[in-house]
Amino acid sequence: MTLTETAPGASEADLERQFEATIARHDRIEPRDWMPEGYRRTLVRQIAQHAHSEIIGMQPEGNWITRAPSLRRKAILLAKVQDEAGHGLYLYSAAETLGVSRLELTELLLAGRQKYSSIFNYPTLSYADVGTIGWLVDGAAICNQVPLCRTSYGPYGRAMIRVCKEESFHQRQGYELLATMMRGTDEQRAMVQESVNRFWWPALMMFGPPDADSPNTAQSMAWGIKRNTNDELRQKFVDMSVPQAEALGVTLPDPELRWNEERGHHDFGQPDWEEFMEGVKGNGPCNAQRMAHRRRAHEEGAWVREAATAYAAKQRGAAS
Amino acid sequence: MSTVEKEWPLYEVFVRGKRGLNHVHVGSLHAADDRMALLHARDVYTRRNEGVSIWVVRADAIAASSPDEKDPMFAPSGDKVYRHPTFYDIPDNVPHM
Ligand SMILES: [Fe+2]
Ligand SMILES: [Fe+2]
Repeated sequence: MTLTETAPGASEADLERQFEATIARHDRIEPRDWMPEGYRRTLVRQIAQHAHSEIIGMQPEGNWITRAPSLRRKAILLAKVQDEAGHGLYLYSAAETLGVSRLELTELLLAGRQKYSSIFNYPTLSYADVGTIGWLVDGAAICNQVPLCRTSYGPYGRAMIRVCKEESFHQRQGYELLATMMRGTDEQRAMVQESVNRFWWPALMMFGPPDADSPNTAQSMAWGIKRNTNDELRQKFVDMSVPQAEALGVTLPDPELRWNEERGHHDFGQPDWEEFMEGVKGNGPCNAQRMAHRRRAHEEGAWVREAATAYAAKQRGAAS
Repeated sequence: MSTVEKEWPLYEVFVRGKRGLNHVHVGSLHAADDRMALLHARDVYTRRNEGVSIWVVRADAIAASSPDEKDPMFAPSGDKVYRHPTFYDIPDNVPHM
């Protein structure tokens, strides 16, 4: 409930000027502020997609929980996957401040009308994939999420701060897992290399299409929702990953990858953007499986939600 | 869509980081009742010793001002500069003030 929904006598143009001034000061927009409809819509789409990605993202790694090679690895993986559930909830909570409900967003996902990151449509074929996901997939997510801590919408930025604090554990446990395997047998080293070969290109795709093909980036940056372009973040990720790969003793599967002295950055090849578009359209290797699993979890959990509601109603009845 | 009846009510969550600090708003969650809200808040918002105490409040029980609309809600504090210590000139040679 608010005291006043809009300042008395403020015209739409005044409100828009106030909004623009807040953005220009690099100040944050908060839930009860007036905001342009496009800004709200863009945020709902982006935060929902981000939330769905965290929740769907539990599946590829969850696949290995029962087959973790030691109790130590199992406890770590459980904690990591639980964190991802938490990230999803932080983000749904941020989205709800924009006047949508979590159930509504879940139903849009299940109806195929909202998306999640295509990275989670790739299968996890070996235990090395748990390490590679932590190192490269969570690593790429960190590159994306650190600048989002300064995004113009307050609740989204605060959720990102919370998420980023936890991501560092995700990346380090993955890298440590791979480093342990690299000190093992030839077969284990081959497993790591094979896993990196499969995940390197999809990890690069996580930053989205090249800037030239990303029509919404300019508006998102003008609104302060995004702080960097897709290509800037991709470059940053490549520059960070190369020395990490060297230290690990794996080869990144890109023949064009080399240091460019003049630019002060690595040159690198482009991922297969057609494969990316197929994934976005729902034709990636595991799209159907991921959605079917999410739908089943939602439906099979219905009785728990209903029972808890009934119990709470009964308790309230007994108390009054 | 009948999401209103189907969905558990929304709670806002406040966590006290350690003794001596205020409870601070950290986010929200859905729960069927107060007790479940506390348990869920513990699992979602305090997995790494983030708190020693949690408050949960039904979101529909909170009354709020609108932060951006400074007038007239926050105007009374704007024009009372004499409430700030910097309003008063004290000569440089007066110590400890
Ligand atoms: Fe996450
Ligand atoms: Fe993560």
